[in-house]
Amino acid sequence: MNVKWRLGMFFIAGAFFLFFYLIAAKNLPPWGHYRGPYGDVISSLSVYQRHATDVVNAIDYDYRGFDTLGEEFILFTSIIGVMLLLRDPKLKGGAAESDEGLSKTVKVSAGGLFGITLIFGLYVCTHGQLTPGGGFQGGVIVATAFMLVYIAENLKRFKAIASHPLMEVLEALGAALYALVGVSALAVGLPFLTNWIPLGTTGDVLSSGTIAVISASVGLEVATGFILLSYTYLQDIVSGREE
Amino acid sequence: MLAFHLIPYAVAAWLFLCGLYGIVTSGHLVHTVISLVVLQTSTYVLLLAVGFRWDAVAPVFADISPGVVTVDPIVQALMLTDVVVEATVVALLLAMVVKVHEKAGTLSPDDLRMMRG
Repeated sequence: MNVKWRLGMFFIAGAFFLFFYLIAAKNLPPWGHYRGPYGDVISSLSVYQRHATDVVNAIDYDYRGFDTLGEEFILFTSIIGVMLLLRDPKLKGGAAESDEGLSKTVKVSAGGLFGITLIFGLYVCTHGQLTPGGGFQGGVIVATAFMLVYIAENLKRFKAIASHPLMEVLEALGAALYALVGVSALAVGLPFLTNWIPLGTTGDVLSSGTIAVISASVGLEVATGFILLSYTYLQDIVSGREE
Repeated sequence: MLAFHLIPYAVAAWLFLCGLYGIVTSGHLVHTVISLVVLQTSTYVLLLAVGFRWDAVAPVFADISPGVVTVDPIVQALMLTDVVVEATVVALLLAMVVKVHEKAGTLSPDDLRMMRG
């Protein structure tokens, strides 16, 4: 099928889609006039029920925690998939380690930002139940901090961090911890993923029960996952393969 | 006035169709993957538009009293996890593209004979 035919089919399908979509959109609440009720119910209840002031994270790690568990395993399996596809045993590790293209200024700035970025990432990870943030966002920021090591130093130094066996163990642990928190509820005789840990005082870092624990475990999983991901790609691109 | 209320929904449709057009006419597999990202972005616009509310605040009660009217937190929670998951799925797709280039030596879907049945 050539491009012309494909385009023809696209325009027919697109016209149908647009027609029915606009009819559907016309019957949605007008933009900016959300009618509820679920969002309002959960907004007004989560602070009392879960002692979590960030409702979005209360939903993600508690009310719909089971879905997030599934999504986290999509992330986990994607990262394993990338590592399986790109990890080549024939690859000559760390062949090209030239520092070309990076000036001293860039290196010093990247090195100086490492600590700040790491602390900020950990802060976002651990305060997800109070303010916007949480494991998914914080994990990516923590991973960025380690990417800065690559910029400030070289692939060798980054490799020493990223290819450490501990990294893979931590990634698996991050994924397992989420499931274990869910199973721990079964151990005390409650349904899977019930928020059974004492909720603490609203506004404290150690409040909201399992939400904080799950958020931290997701942060661990995302951070290590992204480090492994970037290392796999860097290894594939920078070190080059021997044909 | 009706047209005004349809703006975000129209933007979502536009992004969806742009992404789909990109996939349909793609001549390069990396381009196909990026088109898929554009297509997926439409779901974010749609979800956030559905939950948006004028003169409401973000659903974070750290510094506001409970009972204040907020935008819908559910749709935000739905897309929050997806942003990170999408990045890794795109990484997986691009890894597949790398492998396709290794095996077939081309990235044009039209030239990929082995993909044909």
